[in-house]
Amino acid sequence: MGSKVGAPEKLIVNGKRLDGRKANEMREMEIEVGVIPNADGSAIVTLGGTKVICSVYGPKEVLPRRNLDTEQAFLNCVYGMASFSTSERVRPGPNRRSTEISKVIADALAPAIFMERYAGMEITVIMEIINANAGTRTAAINAASVALADAGIEMRDLVCSIASGKADGTLMLDLFEPEDNFGEVDMPIAILPRTKEITLLQMDGILTKAESKKLIDMSIKACEEIYEIQKKALQKKYATETQQETE
Amino acid sequence: MGEKIHIKDKDIVVPGALLAEGLEYLPSGRAFRDGENIYAATIGLISVKGRVIKVIPLAGKYSPKRGDVIIAKINGFGKFGWNLEIDSPYKIDLNVGEISMNYVDLKNSKLADYFKIGDYVFGEITDISESGYISLSAKRRPYRKLLGGNIIKVGPTKIPRIIGKQGSMIKTLKDLSGCEILIGQNGLAWIKGDAEKEAKVAKAIKLIEKESHLSGLTEKVKAMLEEKN
Repeated sequence: MGSKVGAPEKLIVNGKRLDGRKANEMREMEIEVGVIPNADGSAIVTLGGTKVICSVYGPKEVLPRRNLDTEQAFLNCVYGMASFSTSERVRPGPNRRSTEISKVIADALAPAIFMERYAGMEITVIMEIINANAGTRTAAINAASVALADAGIEMRDLVCSIASGKADGTLMLDLFEPEDNFGEVDMPIAILPRTKEITLLQMDGILTKAESKKLIDMSIKACEEIYEIQKKALQKKYATETQQETE
Repeated sequence: MGEKIHIKDKDIVVPGALLAEGLEYLPSGRAFRDGENIYAATIGLISVKGRVIKVIPLAGKYSPKRGDVIIAKINGFGKFGWNLEIDSPYKIDLNVGEISMNYVDLKNSKLADYFKIGDYVFGEITDISESGYISLSAKRRPYRKLLGGNIIKVGPTKIPRIIGKQGSMIKTLKDLSGCEILIGQNGLAWIKGDAEKEAKVAKAIKLIEKESHLSGLTEKVKAMLEEKN
């Protein structure tokens, strides 16, 4: 750890993290729904310094036709980082990392969607990281799930996601950049809040059995908070549209 | 086993929201049953009628049902009919036999004599096969080819507002403008009349779409159509 260039000496000072949070505290999350008029559904998620914009198009005709699946929908997820999103410029276009994350996100979202009701159709989910400060894939999943709901896609549930990990020997929620770069463990997780099914679980580093259990429990609790934020954001947009009926 | 309802009429729910517990209630619209409970599948408005809990979608594309009246665009030719396009991922076909009560003789005429690409047709969905094959009929009146006029796009979820309660809004539009107006459930509207009136109706429909949630809409639309008449 100490050998890395630019690493801070300690990631926990006086029992608090470098940005002043407690170990089990999330960064502030904001969700705005319906930000792209030309998309069928869209959302912006801000989680501390991480900002992701997501647009959903579909259901629509599958193009190119070779992607057609007559049994279920073709879920086309595209994760990308804007070239200006990090301190060091990212070369635009798909690369090994973004292709992998796109696939992982598609797998995390698919169990929430009634894929069989959209047989022979395509649903495109485009996620662009505007600003990266750790936890981009989980923020992208949160944005995508809200944007899918905004597009009126039939879903079993929303998907909530958070990255947690371990730094300086302490388990902590929602890592930010120094903790992500110089910490010991990074573990993104995505769940369906209703059934608590886990649809994404990745891990970098080593945890004991007890630690991983504790970290998963912590993450699930945070995901429930995120679910409430997602719900509020969606209801806020649609409540104004149906004001008269609700009065 | 507990029977419990978690929502009330006119609530707004998000996908996955628990609506009711127990087998007493029945899901309808965009609601679904998982185990013994009922959940919402899309963002939508709740309507409770007795034991039936319905989720009316507030967003999403049009999904065809048998008996729906739609406005479709001719997109291509088949051997004995046309391929239609609606603002939806579903493909619809119009057979030659479905355009007129009379026999259409293709020996002496071409398909293009009846419909050209880009024409619009007003018709009813007669059948949806299991393989997703959808056919349209424009035989009987008022179904027909739409000659002239203007097509405007409105979201399929806003169609009920444009029609109004028992057709009150559409009647207002028709009476005050003198235009012919047809509304397709797939989210397209066709207006025909004076060029000036057409533009006015189009503007009024856009207003309904934008302010569908506000009250006093009928008065606003009336004022809009009557000005400078």
